Amino acid sequence: MTIENQIRTFINENFLFGDETVQYTNDDSFIRKGIVDSIAILELVMFVQEAYHIKVQDQEITPDNFDSINSLAKYIQSKQNLETPSE
Amino acid sequence: MLVHEYLTFHANRHAEKIALICNNNSIRYGELDLQSNQMANWLISKQFQRGDRAIVFLPNCIEAVISIYGILKAGGVFVVVNPSTKSDKLLQIISNCRANVIITNSDLFPVFTSIQPQVVSINSILICDRNNKTNLSPQVSLFTDILKESDHLPRVPIIDLDLACLVYTSGSTGIPKGVMSDHSNITFVANSIISILNNTDNDILINALPLSFDYGLYQLIMCIMFGGKLILEENFYFPAVILKRISEQRVTGFPGVPTIYSMILTMDLSPYDLSSLRYMTNTAAALPVSHIQEIRKKFPHVTFYSMYGLTETKRTLYLPPDQLDIRPSSVGIAIPGTEVWLEDENGNRVPPGGSGELVIRGRHVMRGYWGDPELTAKRYREGPIPGERICYSGDIFRMDEEGYLYFVRRSDDVIKSRGEKVSPVEIELVLYELPDVKEAAVIGVTDPVMGEAIKAYVVLHNKTLTEAQILAHCRRRLEEFKIPRMIQICDSLPKTSSGKIHKKGLS
Repeated sequence: MTIENQIRTFINENFLFGDETVQYTNDDSFIRKGIVDSIAILELVMFVQEAYHIKVQDQEITPDNFDSINSLAKYIQSKQNLETPSE
Repeated sequence: MLVHEYLTFHANRHAEKIALICNNNSIRYGELDLQSNQMANWLISKQFQRGDRAIVFLPNCIEAVISIYGILKAGGVFVVVNPSTKSDKLLQIISNCRANVIITNSDLFPVFTSIQPQVVSINSILICDRNNKTNLSPQVSLFTDILKESDHLPRVPIIDLDLACLVYTSGSTGIPKGVMSDHSNITFVANSIISILNNTDNDILINALPLSFDYGLYQLIMCIMFGGKLILEENFYFPAVILKRISEQRVTGFPGVPTIYSMILTMDLSPYDLSSLRYMTNTAAALPVSHIQEIRKKFPHVTFYSMYGLTETKRTLYLPPDQLDIRPSSVGIAIPGTEVWLEDENGNRVPPGGSGELVIRGRHVMRGYWGDPELTAKRYREGPIPGERICYSGDIFRMDEEGYLYFVRRSDDVIKSRGEKVSPVEIELVLYELPDVKEAAVIGVTDPVMGEAIKAYVVLHNKTLTEAQILAHCRRRLEEFKIPRMIQICDSLPKTSSGKIHKKGLS
């Protein structure tokens, strides 16, 4: 499963609780769509840290990184590239 | 003075000064004054009259502020509705206050259109962020239409006893009730708070609380009254963004609620220059003493104000900062120009050392609940001088020997989630909409981040529902701060001898 789909699955199960009436694209803002609130953002951070073994810095928790599936996937990939030791 | 006259006063004094920054947009005092005149003229062109109500159904944004001041200048009463409000609650509010106008944006417009056939009072709709009218009804105007109106202040003869706003809050029944504030109530209490905080036009405030919530709304009203600058944030979802903004904008005043302080206290603050902060306030729910101590440690240069209030009188108590080390769990004394006392169940005043219901006297005692004389008579009763009204808060306090007050408990079972009032009954009714739900009981449980977190106990008939399905239903029906954080499906609930659900047996 791609990172994008993993994020979507997490959101559908944990924030939308399987509610299929909420439709959103990978570029839609979680906030504008009413998908997340402040507590949900914290849960999303914990999910990213645990699932991808990334240390999310406080100052990285911004809309640029955490407000859509695509921006979050991009953030995760950039962190993974940064944290993978070069051969 | 009327609430909006302060805007014109400061616009005449320093038109070029930035009044507001929101989402990287800013507006100067002069522009805000003229655009709110245009908004008022647009409203008047739609037959909006003195005393009419207009709904502002928007997230925190510059257009919401222009709308608020425009409605006031047209002699109207503004009603800011939380943008996470669902259609049935919006319908209840519009039906209750019989608003003529709704101002919204394209994201929220569908929430209104879903109930539009049931709404008879609304005759004009303004969508702030659209540029074309394709497929829109003739009732709809766009912000570009506003900017075509005259920017002269319309002449509307109102006085400070006219209503300025309704602030909707949850009652114990779950039906929203609109607290009526007249201009004199608002300017009185705002001036009282300004005197406590020693605000001047050099102050820069940051507000991430919704303008639908009186604590958030008064940051705007106060800031315009003292001619300061307001950094308006849409929400507090990203604390790092707020801290960065404080640092960049050299913010001096920070209003918070316990949830916000809990989040900040877990963060590494070293990347941010927070030296500009002069004061922080907390109200809406009590902050644990340990958190107050940690805040003082992390922000040694900042004056911290513990406060208490209820929408029915706006801000009511404050702890003078020099008392914070002496009695950190107290929320203090009456704000300047007002008085409070405690009464027992028989209406006798309680001497220092005792506990009782907080009774509030002063010009900040609001005008009652819109369209609800019964509830108004319960909360607002005759005072010591004939014709005077005093407010019975419904909250139980203890007073120490020196007269300082300590919150003990609410006299009803309303939950304070993230600082906002939530009626357990409202959530229980939503749970009962599910056919499989046989019994439901909702309580608040202590939570380090939320203040109180909402927990729902549910007994099912056939056990066909999962916790996730129940939560999905709540999500569709309730504003975000009312959605339970925990659902527990159980076989039975404790009952009293009369067969009622005994909530005290739950935890």
